Order: sequence, then C-alpha cells, then structure tokens
Amino acid sequence: MSFLARHRIILPVVSLAVLLAATFYMQPRAMSYFGLNLLFNLAVPIALATIAQMLIIMVNDIDLSLGAFVSLAACVTATSLNDAPLLGALILLGLILSYALLGAVIHMLELPAIVVTLGMSFVWGGIALFILPAPGGVSPDWLRTLMTVKPPIAPMAVVAAVIIAAVTHLLIMRSGIGTVLRGVGGNARSVARAGWSLVRLKALAYGLAGLFGVLAGMALVGLTTSADANIALRYTLLSIAGVILGGGEFIGGRVSPTGAVIGALTLTLAASFLSFMRLSPDWQIGAQGAILILVLTARLIFSRKGAEE
Amino acid sequence: MSDHENAPIVTLTDAAKHFGPVRALDGVSLSVSLGDCIGLVGHNGAGKSTLVNLINGGLAPSSGKIAFAQGQTAFGAGVRSVFQELSLCANLTVAENLRIAHSALNGFGWRRRARAEIRASLDAVFPGHGIDPDAEVGTLSIAERQMVEIAIGFASRGSEARLVILDEPTSALDAAIARQLLAHVKQFCANGGAVVFISHMLGEVFEVASRIVVLKDGKVVAERPTPEFTRAGLVDAMGHVAAESGGVATARRDFGPEVVRTDQGLSARRGEIVGLSGLAGHGQAAALARLFLSRSSAWHAGKTPDVVFVAGDRPRDGVLPLWSILRNISISILRNDATRGMVNRQAEAAVAKDWKTRIGIRTDDVTNPVLSLSGGNQQKVLFARALASPAPVVIMDDPMRGVDVGTKQDVYAMIRAEAARGRTFLWYSTETEEICQCDRVFVFRNHAISAELNGTDITEEKILEASFEMREAS
Repeated sequence: MSFLARHRIILPVVSLAVLLAATFYMQPRAMSYFGLNLLFNLAVPIALATIAQMLIIMVNDIDLSLGAFVSLAACVTATSLNDAPLLGALILLGLILSYALLGAVIHMLELPAIVVTLGMSFVWGGIALFILPAPGGVSPDWLRTLMTVKPPIAPMAVVAAVIIAAVTHLLIMRSGIGTVLRGVGGNARSVARAGWSLVRLKALAYGLAGLFGVLAGMALVGLTTSADANIALRYTLLSIAGVILGGGEFIGGRVSPTGAVIGALTLTLAASFLSFMRLSPDWQIGAQGAILILVLTARLIFSRKGAEE
Repeated sequence: MSDHENAPIVTLTDAAKHFGPVRALDGVSLSVSLGDCIGLVGHNGAGKSTLVNLINGGLAPSSGKIAFAQGQTAFGAGVRSVFQELSLCANLTVAENLRIAHSALNGFGWRRRARAEIRASLDAVFPGHGIDPDAEVGTLSIAERQMVEIAIGFASRGSEARLVILDEPTSALDAAIARQLLAHVKQFCANGGAVVFISHMLGEVFEVASRIVVLKDGKVVAERPTPEFTRAGLVDAMGHVAAESGGVATARRDFGPEVVRTDQGLSARRGEIVGLSGLAGHGQAAALARLFLSRSSAWHAGKTPDVVFVAGDRPRDGVLPLWSILRNISISILRNDATRGMVNRQAEAAVAKDWKTRIGIRTDDVTNPVLSLSGGNQQKVLFARALASPAPVVIMDDPMRGVDVGTKQDVYAMIRAEAARGRTFLWYSTETEEICQCDRVFVFRNHAISAELNGTDITEEKILEASFEMREAS
C-alpha cells in the first residue's frame, strides 16, 4: 500500500496548491486578504453543493437534479424567505423533507437514482420558474451580512470552507451514523443484515443532501443578492467533478468531505486561473475539463502504482 | 448445567420457505441449545443458506414456526451469523465494520471502544493474527477479511453471543488458521455457547460438531450425534457417491511440449494439470493473474484466445449478475459463431444447452438469471464458460471455494477428460484433495516457488513441508 493510496487527501491538496501557486505567480496581487476573498467567494455555495452531491454518491447514487434544486432553494430564499421568513423557512424545510422522501422512494421501488433525479430536475426547475419567472428577488439582510462578514486573519470564503470541511468531516467520517451511511455505499447488504433499515438510511443521506443543497442556495443568494431560476444549473456537473477531484469514487462509499471541499475550491480557482491567462471564455470550459482530466489521470497513475506494490 | 441453561436458543417447528415455486426449505424441525455444536451438511442447493437465514431472522418462514429464547428477535436471543460470501464494507476500517454490526456502540469515544472490542475478539479467536483494527478492509487479503468477519461474529456487541452460525468459515483460510478457529469453536461450546457449523470439509465437521444434521432437497434426512456417523455414511446421506479418499493415482501420461513458462519458474506442458499450492495468500493468485494478463491482449481479443480464466471470487470477477445463465456461458465464445459481428443466437443457445447437460447445471431453463443458481452451480457456469472456448490453456484461481462434494467429482472428471484431449490446466487450490488431482504441483511460499512436486511425491506432508519454513527466519 503506497503512501498516496493510503492518504487519498494528498492529491487534492497538491492539485489545489499547484493551481494556487500558478495563480499567485500570474497575478501576485491575488495574494492578499481581499484577493483571496474574490478568488474563493463563489466557492462557498459550490462547496456546499459538492457536499450534497457527495452524500448521494456516498450511498452509490448520483444526483442530476442538484443544480436545479439549488436554483430553486435560491429562488425561495430570495422571495419567500425575505418577504415572509416563517413561510420561507417552512418551504425550505419542505424541500429538505421531499429530498428525504425521494431517497426513500428510490430505494423502496429500486429505481435508478440517475433517472429519477434527472426527472426531478425538471420539476425543481419548473417550480423555480413559477416562483421567480424573471430574475430578481432580494437577499434577506441577515444572509447578506453573513456572507460578506470580514473575519480577522482569513477571508470569509476560506473560513467558511474550513468550517464546512470540519463539520462534515465530523458528521461523515467520525460519527457513528456517518460510518453506517458510508457502510451503505460499501456493502448495503451487510448493513441491512446487521439490522439497519436501509430505507431510513437512504432517506437520511438524501435528507442531509437536501439540507446542504438548501444551504448552497442560501449562500449563493447571500453573495449575489438576487436569484434566477437558472442561477445554479451548472452546479450539477461541478459538484460531481468536485467530489471526484476530492478523492471520492462513484461507487463503494469511498468519499472524503474534506477532499470534496478542496475539490470545489480547485474548480472555482481553475475558472479564475483561466481568466488570468486571458483565455477567451469560449475556450474556458474546455480548458476546465482539461484540468479535470489531468488531475484524474494523475490519481489513476498513483492508484495503479499503489496497487502494484 | 441447570434446566434453564439447557432451554433451546432457537426452535424450528416444521419450518418451510418457498421462493415462488421453488421449495428451498420443505418443513424442517430443529432445536439448538446452549453447548450444542451442530454440523450442518448438504450439497449446494440443499437449503443450508435458507435454513441459516431463517435461524438468524433474515427471512420469515412461509409456514411453520420459529421460536427464540429470551425475547422475540434473533439478535435479542444472541444469534449471530458469519456468512459464506464475504460481507464486510470494504471502504470502512475493521473497527468501523464492527460499528455496523453493533449499533449500541455509540456516543463520544466509540472508536476507541470499537478498536478494543474487535482486537479482543480477534485475539481470542486467532492469536497472533496481526490485523490492525484501523486498517481499511479493502486493503486486507481475503483470508484476513474472513478472520475479521468471524471475529465480529464472536465479538460481544453489547449482549453476549450465544449462538454463532458459521457458514463455510474456513473456505478462505489456510490450515493453521482454520485450526485456530476450530479450537475456538470447541472452547466456545464448552463454555456454554452454541455453534451451527456449515462446511464442505467433512474432517472439520467431524472434529468440532457434537451433532450432525444432514439436509437434502430442503429436508432433514439425518440428525444424529457425530460418533454415530462415518465419513462414508455421511456422504451417502447427502446423496452423493463417497469421494475417493487420498490422492487419485493419475496414470502417467505423455505430455506435449511446454506451453507455459514464467520468470518465476512456473511451467506447464500440453495436456498437463499443474497445481499451485501452499498457504493461502502466498502469491499463487497473483502469479496466475500475471500469467493470464501477459498471455491475453487488452486491445484485441481474437477468435481463439490463448488462455481462459476461471474465477474463484465469483462476485468480483466471475458472474455477470444481471445476465441469464445462457449469456454467462456464451460470453467467451460469441466471436466464434458470429457472422459479420452479429451474435448467432442459435449457436449460442446450442452451446449453452450442451454445457448445461455436460456439466450438470441445475436449472430448468438456461434463460433464468444466473443469480437464481446456488453458489456451486454458478461456479459450474463459470467452468462451462471457460471450457466452451477453444483456448488451450485454462487458468483456475481456487475455483472450488464453497462447492459441494458431488460437483467437485463432476468437475474433476471433466478436467481430466479435457486434459487428455490436450488442454493445459493451471490450478490454484487451497484444498489438498484438489491438489492431489494434479500431475505436477508447485508449492508457493512468500511469493516464490519453494518446491516442485511430481507424480507420487504429491502428498499432503510434502506440500506442508514446502509451505512452512521449518527453521526460524535468520
């Protein structure tokens, strides 16, 4: 067992460090409190969405509706939560519960999550358009304040990323129930044999994913101050890429919350890095894909070497 | 022992279980009391796994009654099971796997307690095991995983384990570790626990069991204290002809030219059955995998493959679980009968039907899903898949794990017939009986060949001698 294969977190950390060094080299002014905040500001909602995706991937499913769901949560936050906080909070709670219900239904009817969530993405998108037909809405003041707070030493984005990573690490990697949830991804049958209810566990995983999806939507509105029904559609693929970049695997319950947050930061940084390179926006998405392939290739090579030893 | 202690832990009264039209278990009455060690034998598909699942509460009976002592649930009565197929979560550590099985392990500091508990249990069953409770299960060898699984079965887990069901516990273990387990089972029963011990290795059953229950076609056909059985009588009761004991003297044949030679020194001639032996996990499987990969191309399969592989780890690299029996057999020969890249359905069906009868796959219809078969019959499908292809070299990675005596005899005969027709077999096995079927045996120790045995030299003593280092390592 090689060192790298044992410590999956190293490769994501190195990827982020290399990209960060390259960015600082090209744009030294980014190496400041303000610069870092600008670079990583939008990483906070992406990190939350990546955690949500990770919770689904953890139980061997995949969520193609996450972008639409985060958009919907953002629309609710920018409208109901601002106008009638109690009603807004209830709607958001309902969204989380519906996610839990979705997980239970997917498990009970043995439906493929990829199909169900693809279908649900149109449902979420439709409701979002219904709530907010045109871009608009206003962020609640407290949320705006929270997202623009200026903590000492490190900027908000960095502090938030650390907090998200720490909380989810405790929840998923250290706690007993988190261990059982990862067990569902590793070998659902043995978990069921030990007397656990798989329906409840899946509902819990999806419910937690819904919670983090809602948090992502709220954080996004706090940053952008308004919402739009399509505001976060690209989060679906970004979040999947973030989980994989962070050392997670599609099957087998092998996930890393810290890695997922780092993956989200890396993806956000990659976009800024390409802008600094003065790459035409037309090429940026392709270049982002190239970075992704590069990192995944590196991981594959290391894991192969680890297996040979 | 007082009467109270002698009360049965579980009592089955005329319990039956039907899966659709299949009568997996057809009215079984059995009671297990403290201090019992019951050997449960029967060939594959006799209903052993179903019976186990009834006893541990995994399945509810279609008719009949199951009563547990102390509370209604199997777990509450202290019933634990260790399953035949490895059922740990590979992505979790050893201690975390205990957490899955032991839901009361909760609150702050549960990891420390889980580590202590699993270490204590491993130490008790397998002294000197060398397994780290913090190791991820995916990094352990199959034998080590099996040891962990057994240790979890015997771990205290809140309430004392009173009845532990061991389903083929030694199938992946080498002889020395299997001995440790048997010693622990005897100790456990002497201390007032109960064990249901399922094994195809009759020697082990005779050694540990106080009572032997023989299942056949979903019914108990014999239940007597162990001393009243003889080996031949037991095999007869299971419904198969007694296996020839000891090495089958294979007639000395003339082999063709050498067709396999590796850097490690492994070699085989045309028409030869070459065995790979030694303690489990000493590099035999890796040697075979390397040989297979070096002789097959990842880019172009070709119409006549050079080597075929019979997997021992069925779920991992054997069966295609979503496919029918027919598809599982024909996958290796699709190209041979294909016309312009299209599958020839008739030829495919004919081959599957032919092999179903030749190797005796127990099914009404080869279009049934492959998972509808019992483990031993799934393995027959894998043999059929390999032997249906025209490849001259067949590599077998411990293919008989958990296969019943009758099936084994069928397969031995088939292998000998195929070898006589000029095929070469490389056969890794953990069972000495199988190794004695071979013409030549390479014994592995620490990932290298430590001995090459020929003809009459192939005996259990010689193999053991070559498997263990006689002197302390200097």
